[in-house]
Amino acid sequence: MTSSPSAEPRSADGRPASFPIGRSCPFAPPDAYAAMREEAPLTKVAIPGGKEAWLVTRHADVRTALASPAASSDARHPAFPALGDGEQAVAADLRPFIRMDPPDHTRVRRMLVGEFTVKRVRAMRPAIEEICAEQVDHLLSRPAPADLVGDYANRVSTTVICRLLGVPTADLEFFRRVTTITGGRSSTAEQVGAALADLFALLDRLIDDKAADPQDDLISRLVTGPLARGEITRSSLLSQIGITLNAGHETSRNMIPLAALTLLRHPDQLDLLRADPGLWPAAVDELLRLLSVADVIPLRVATEDIELDGATIPAGDGFIALLAAADHDPRAFADPGELDITRSERHHVAFGYGVHQCVGQNLGRLELEVALRTLFDRVPTLRPAVPVEELPLRSASAIFGLEEVPVRW
Amino acid sequence: MVSPGSGAGALRARAETGVCVGAGQCARVAPALFDQHDDGTVRLLRADVPAEARDDLLLAVDLCPSGALGAEEPA
Repeated sequence: MTSSPSAEPRSADGRPASFPIGRSCPFAPPDAYAAMREEAPLTKVAIPGGKEAWLVTRHADVRTALASPAASSDARHPAFPALGDGEQAVAADLRPFIRMDPPDHTRVRRMLVGEFTVKRVRAMRPAIEEICAEQVDHLLSRPAPADLVGDYANRVSTTVICRLLGVPTADLEFFRRVTTITGGRSSTAEQVGAALADLFALLDRLIDDKAADPQDDLISRLVTGPLARGEITRSSLLSQIGITLNAGHETSRNMIPLAALTLLRHPDQLDLLRADPGLWPAAVDELLRLLSVADVIPLRVATEDIELDGATIPAGDGFIALLAAADHDPRAFADPGELDITRSERHHVAFGYGVHQCVGQNLGRLELEVALRTLFDRVPTLRPAVPVEELPLRSASAIFGLEEVPVRW
Repeated sequence: MVSPGSGAGALRARAETGVCVGAGQCARVAPALFDQHDDGTVRLLRADVPAEARDDLLLAVDLCPSGALGAEEPA
């Protein structure tokens, strides 16, 4: 998933501009989105692999398109608008449920969604508070400048998701090493392939371990439930655990440092939170909207014509519903570029929309809230150690983020 | 269908478990009206929604990603 530095909506010769487009500022969508959104409901772009796809950029259209039963997520469709080398082949082969359609998708999602109900997630708060406190201790034990990504956010997100799934503590360091490689800018395709093979070997072994000795965790429940009853194959179960692990880890790892930096750049908003911690849940949703790091995750194919407001996605074409463009649509949000934790509009699509809306969104919200609160409560003098312009962007990743964020206190 | 910002009276809420994808938005923003079954799907706690909870219901309907919720003026 490479990123083009181009910010031009169209190339000079009139051919579609290439996509994806990189961010010029980590705290805002790519500059070109605003012009596309104003000009037309749909923009045709050239994507890797010599294909073309439509970009949907307006909030109402993104919701309409993603809620349509004609929006297929099946990566086996030739027009599926994959953005990275090998992404389509891997998704078509592994069939993670984010790249499935109903009724297959419904069946798998129903196996997982009970793990992430509002009630179940609320019960995880004490454990997440303990994890964040331990990881702040770790951060503060490092010589300054420390890295808010490697020394805090990545450790929080890997610990939370591994505990939920039931990955033993002994395997945590291995898992962190694998995710550093699979998400790393400098990793080669071979290194990523080898790391993924290692990860799947670990998960495969865990399935046997959990079958023999079930614990109070997600993998145990899937192994003793749907797998034992023959409702899912072992290879599909591995894919579903893999995508849950990856999606749950990468998003929080990227959001926590970006959100912390965003608040540091808006001391007035941080003061509001310090005066009234009851504002934290609203602040988390506003940060999710503003940063919309899963911008290019909703890749779809229209299996029938999809009618938008003033345009039609033709049957058979691939399209990408840009979440960051929707979340910065002035038709939906007043002053969309501003961080306003007191804003009244709550209908952001940072977690997507339609039947694929993030299954772990309530855990994601809680994790972000506790990670940020713990950080700002314990480290009130936290500040970036380098100018924001010098922070390396994690542009070769499906989920936007920063490679590292040096901080002092 | 009732649009946000229209009217001020009581409403009738509807929830379709078979359509629900268990995102949990309704239980998060309107916990007095909606809960979730153990399998994550929506559980309607209160079909007759009083005027003071009208905005909560309309927000839940608007945020629901699957179209499983509805709000109607009482007959």
